[in-house]
Amino acid sequence: MKSDFKESISKAVNNTILTGALGKFSEAYKVNRAKAYEGIDFEALRQNIADRKAYAATHIDLLAAAFKIKAEAAGAKVYLADSPEKVKEYILKVARDNNVKTVVKSKSMASEEIHLNKFLEENGMSVRETDLGEWIIQLAGQRPSHMVMPAIHMTKEEVSELFSKAVGERLSTDIPRLVEVARKELRSKFLEADMGISGGNLAVAETGSIVLVTNEGNARMVTTLPKVHVALVGIEKFVEKFEDIVPVLEALPRSATAQLLTSYVSIITGATENTDGSMKDLHIVLMDNRRTEMSKDTKFVQAMQCIRCGSCLNVCPIYRLVGGHVFGSVYTGGIGTILTAWFEQLQNSEDIQGLCIQCGNCKDICPGMLDIPDMIMEIRRRLAVEKGQSFVQKAIFTVVNNRKLFHTMLRAASVAGTPFTSGAFIRHLPFFLSDLTEGRSLPAIAAEPFRDTFKKIKQPKLKEKVAFYAGCLIDFAYPEMGVSLVKILNKAGIEVIFPEDQTCCGAPARYNGAYEVAANNATDNINALLKEDVDYIVSACPTCTVALDHEFISTFTSLGQTEMLPKAKILAAKTIDFSTLVKKLVDEGRLTPTQGRKLGSITYHDSCHLKRTLKVSDEPRELLQKVGYELTEMFECDTCCGMGGSYSIKLPEISGPILQRKLTNIKSTGAAIVAMDCPGCVMQIRGGMDQDGAKIKVMHTVELLAEQLLSDK
Amino acid sequence: MMYEQFKIRAEGVGSEVYRFQTKAEALDFIIPFLQKEGVTDAPHGYALWAEGPFLNGIDRTPLHNAVPGLKFEVSRQLAADCLVGISEVGYALTDTGSLVTDQTAVEQRLVSTLAVIHIALIGTDKILNGKMDVFKIINPGNSKYIAFITGPSRTADIERVLTIGVHGPKRLVIIFVDDMGGAN
Ligand code: SF4
Ligand code: SF4
Repeated sequence: MKSDFKESISKAVNNTILTGALGKFSEAYKVNRAKAYEGIDFEALRQNIADRKAYAATHIDLLAAAFKIKAEAAGAKVYLADSPEKVKEYILKVARDNNVKTVVKSKSMASEEIHLNKFLEENGMSVRETDLGEWIIQLAGQRPSHMVMPAIHMTKEEVSELFSKAVGERLSTDIPRLVEVARKELRSKFLEADMGISGGNLAVAETGSIVLVTNEGNARMVTTLPKVHVALVGIEKFVEKFEDIVPVLEALPRSATAQLLTSYVSIITGATENTDGSMKDLHIVLMDNRRTEMSKDTKFVQAMQCIRCGSCLNVCPIYRLVGGHVFGSVYTGGIGTILTAWFEQLQNSEDIQGLCIQCGNCKDICPGMLDIPDMIMEIRRRLAVEKGQSFVQKAIFTVVNNRKLFHTMLRAASVAGTPFTSGAFIRHLPFFLSDLTEGRSLPAIAAEPFRDTFKKIKQPKLKEKVAFYAGCLIDFAYPEMGVSLVKILNKAGIEVIFPEDQTCCGAPARYNGAYEVAANNATDNINALLKEDVDYIVSACPTCTVALDHEFISTFTSLGQTEMLPKAKILAAKTIDFSTLVKKLVDEGRLTPTQGRKLGSITYHDSCHLKRTLKVSDEPRELLQKVGYELTEMFECDTCCGMGGSYSIKLPEISGPILQRKLTNIKSTGAAIVAMDCPGCVMQIRGGMDQDGAKIKVMHTVELLAEQLLSDK
Repeated sequence: MMYEQFKIRAEGVGSEVYRFQTKAEALDFIIPFLQKEGVTDAPHGYALWAEGPFLNGIDRTPLHNAVPGLKFEVSRQLAADCLVGISEVGYALTDTGSLVTDQTAVEQRLVSTLAVIHIALIGTDKILNGKMDVFKIINPGNSKYIAFITGPSRTADIERVLTIGVHGPKRLVIIFVDDMGGAN
C-alpha cells in the first residue's frame, strides 16, 4: 500500500465532520430505505431486475442495433463509441457544427468517467453542471464522492464559501437560501445554453427511449431548453423492453434516496420540437469503454446489472468511515473499486481493493444483485497473479501453506509469547503477527493447542459421529471453545472425531488474492475431512464454515481446477455451523435446556459470514434464550466488528474506529455479556473490551451454552 | 377511494391536492388562487395556461379580466418570466402520488418546469393504481416525451437536508375535476 494512500485514509478517518455526517446519514438511510420498501417483495423485485439486466448484458450488440434503428426512426442520431476519445471527439464535432459556446449538463457519471467537462472547456466552451451537488463539486474543482450524492462530503459552510465566490456576494450558511442562490444563478444558464448534455438511467432497445430519473428538475430543462441535446449513456444502461423500466423505477429511487419515486422521470423517445419550432438536434452517444469486454468476463458480467443507485455505499461500514475521495477515482466504494478496475485499469484498484472488509452488507441490499465482495476478491486474485505478492505477504503464505511449519511456529509462539503475556492477553507476538497488537489486546497463544487437548478428552464410544473442523483460532488460541463443543455434542449422544490432518481453511490466503495457496489448503482439508464417513462436519468458526461450504468450490472454479470439485461438493453438503447443528439437536429433543433459568441480559453480535453468507441469525439467539438469557438487541447488531482476518493488520486505522463503534453499541445495551458465534469476532471484541476496561464478558455461544447445557441433568 | 389514496401519497411528497365536481367550481378556486399568489401582468408575475381539453368551451376573456397576468399563449420568454404555470396531465398514480403525462408539446414542459408554482389539472377518472397500469397505456411511439411528476422539485445535495424548489416548481398544486365535460 502506498504511503500517500495510507495518509489519505488517516486524514479521512480523522475528519470528524466527514465521518460524523456519513455516519448519521448511513443510520438514517437504513431506516428510511426499509420504510420505502414497505409492502414490497424486495427479493422478487431484485431478481426481476437482475434477470432483465442480465439478459441485456449478454445481448448488447443486438440491443444496441435495435435501439439505434428505433431511436433514429424517431429523429435521434445514435453513435456507438468504443473509447472515451471517440466520445469526446464526437461531442466536440456536434458542438462545433452547432457553434456551441455554452453547455449545461445534468448529472452524468459517464461524463465524469471520461472527464468530459475538462475536455470541452479546453476546447473553448463554458460548461456548467446544473445538478446542485455536481455544481458544488465543479466549483470546488473536485470529484464526486458518491454516485448519487456527489457533494455528500461537503458542509454548508464550505458550500456557502463556494457560492459566495461564484456569485460575488457574501452568503449565509442557510441551506434554503443557498439553494435559492443556485436556482437563480443556474436559471439564466439554462436559458442561454446552446447545448444540453444529460446522462441516461436506462436505454430501451425496443422503443429507442432513454429514461432520466431526477429530483431537481434540471434534466427536464437541459433536455428542453437548448436546441442541441446530447445524451451520454453507458451501454450497461440497456434494457430490452419498454416494460423493463417498471421494476427499475420501483427499485432505483427507493434504494438511492429512500423515495417511492423521484420528483421527475422523463422518458424521451427521439427528437421533439424546440421552443422556436425547429426540431431538436438529439444525439445519443452509447459509450462502451470496456463494458463489452466486462460483459464477456464470467466473473464480472454481473457488474452490468448495476443500476447506479449508490446504496452499496450507504451501507458499507468502510465507506461511512472514509468517504469517497480516498478511492481516488470517479466511482467510489465497493462498486467503484470494480468499475475503476475496468474503466481505468486493474492497476488502479490495487490500493482501494484492500479497503473492502468482505462484510457482505452491500450484497444484501443491492437491487442489481451484484456480489461486490466476490468481485473484489477476484480483483485481488488477478492482481496477485499479475503482480506477484509483496515479500511479507509471500512470507506469511509460505508459512500458512506449509502445515507442519505453520503449526510448529504457532506452538513456538505460544512458548515464546509467555513472558509477554499479561493476564489472558498477549501484548507482543513474534514475527508477522506483531502488527496485530496495535490498538487492542490479543489472546495468548494457548499453551496447548486443541489438537493435543482433544486426545485427552474422555468421550463415550457412540455410534453417531461428526467431525470437528476447529480452524486456526480455536485450535491455537481458543481450544476451550472446542472442548465445549465436544462436550455438548457428547451430551446429545454424538461422538466427535478430530481429523488430525486438517489445516488452515485458506481464508487468509484467499482474502489476500493468493488463490493457489487457498486451493492447496482446500485440497489438504478435503482429504483430511472426508477420510472417515461422518454425518456432519461441524465448525464453530463462520469464516471456516464458509470456506468449507462455499469457498473451496469457488476457489477451484476461479482457478479452473476441476479435479477436486466433486469432493469439495460432498464436503460442502456435510458442513454445518455449530449453532444450526445444536438448534437441530434441541428441536429433536436430544438436548433439553432446563426451563425457567434467569441468567440476565445478553446481547448478540452477528458475525458477517454467519449472517450474510450462511444466513444464520435466529438460531444462536433462540438457543441463548432457551437456556435462560434475556436478549437485548444492540444497535447495528449485524454490522462488522472490524476484524476481517488480516484486514485489522493491514488497515488498523479503519478497523480501530469500526471496533470502537461496535463496543459503544454493545455497552449501550447494558447487557453483562455479549455473545457471538465467531472466534475471530471474539478475538477482536474481547481485545477491544480489555483495552476499554468495560466489565462485559465477550463469549462464543458455544461456551455459554456449554455452561448451561452441561450442568443440566 | 382511489382519490383518497392518491391524495395521501401526493401530499406525502409535498403536493397540494384539491377536488371539484365541475370545471366551473375548479375555476372558482383557480382564479382567486392566482390573485392571492400575486399574479400580475409583468415579468415574473405571469400565469401561463397551456392548451388542453379543460379550456374547451370556456370563455377566456372574463378569466383574463379577473387576472390580467393570465395568458393562454405560451412562449419561451413568457415561461421564463412566469410565476404560475397551468397544464393538464394524463394520469395520476395511487402508489406513488405521481402524475404521468405526455409532454411532447414543448409548451407543456415550459409551464411545468420554469414556473414557480405548477397547477396540474386532471379528470378524477384518470387515477390508476400504479406504474404497471400506466405502462400498459402510455406508448413512446406516440408520446416522445413522457413525464412523471411526483411533487415539487427537490434536492438534498447540501448536507442531505431536504430542500424544496431547486430548479423546477416550488409548489405542485393538483386539481381533480370529476366532470371534465361541459362549459362554464
Ligand atoms: S452495485 Fe448494486 S447497490 Fe451498488 S450502485 Fe450498483 S445497483 Fe446500486
Ligand atoms: S463487502 Fe462490506 S466492506 Fe466490502 S464493499 Fe461491501 S459493504 Fe463495503
